Amino acid sequence: MTTTMLWITVLLASLASFGLKLAGHLIPEHWLATQRVQRTSTLVTVALLVSLVVVQTFADGALVVVDARVPALAVAAVALALRAPFIVVVVLAAAAAAGLRALGWG
Amino acid sequence: MAVATGLYGISFGALAVVAGLTVAQTAVLSLLLFTGGSQFALIGVVAAGGSPVAAVATSTLLGARNMLYGAVVSPLLSLRGWRRAAAAHLTIDESTAVAVGQRTPAAVRAGFWTAGVGVFVLWNAFTLAGALAGDALGDPRAWGLDAAAGAAFLALVWPRLAERRAQVVAGLAVVVTLALVPVAPAGVPVLAAAAVAVVAGAVAPAAPRRTTSEDDR
Repeated sequence: MTTTMLWITVLLASLASFGLKLAGHLIPEHWLATQRVQRTSTLVTVALLVSLVVVQTFADGALVVVDARVPALAVAAVALALRAPFIVVVVLAAAAAAGLRALGWG
Repeated sequence: MAVATGLYGISFGALAVVAGLTVAQTAVLSLLLFTGGSQFALIGVVAAGGSPVAAVATSTLLGARNMLYGAVVSPLLSLRGWRRAAAAHLTIDESTAVAVGQRTPAAVRAGFWTAGVGVFVLWNAFTLAGALAGDALGDPRAWGLDAAAGAAFLALVWPRLAERRAQVVAGLAVVVTLALVPVAPAGVPVLAAAAVAVVAGAVAPAAPRRTTSEDDR
């Protein structure tokens, strides 16, 4: 994306974000308090985040590849299972990928 | 919470610059969009080479839960005019969680504003610090920063995977994404995974009622 397109993206996403937040404050609570709406919102959040994990870890353009990012994600999963804080998880994953690449793999 | 927000902000700032945003764009995103998950989603789609439409759509879908939060905290705060607009901007995971956890109306208001303003200040300060650091790092792959992005998304989704239904949707999201990456434009696989979740939410049987979701930063 060009810098101009990125600015448009940043500003449109910001506008949409504020619009959603304000709409939540303005519309009657019972419209959104249904179980189906709450459940769908939770599931959409899960699907988006999981899909982003997959794209960030396995996609190289339109190719699905296995490189240093995959063992790095495994390291992150182990850290999360051990209840490590966010920054520790991220730094360990980065260090694992950087280490593997320094050794000439991925 | 303050330390967590600060460190999360540094990660976001560095990864945003690595994804191709300028330092100014990264700072504006934290000032105006101000929702960690949506901001990470936006830079994730940009880094993958997705279109502006895909980036805005993914970011907005991930921010949809803030609308539900707004509906929950609005009656508790009972504000009008510019104060209501300011409260809307600060309606995120943290401020909502703190507000609904209070017993008296005064404590609800104090909790909401303290958490909202506190996170806003820290998030923006540390985003800027992270963006400047990311700008100075050089080759992101040598530092493993591309792998850090995947780890950041995994950390965000981890506390949301406790329920069986969430695990099933997560599995479907993996399959749909891997199947579409080779054939669909960047950004589309992520939106397709969201569509699968919408269908799952509509057809799945009822489950015990849940309130606001876990902290995401």
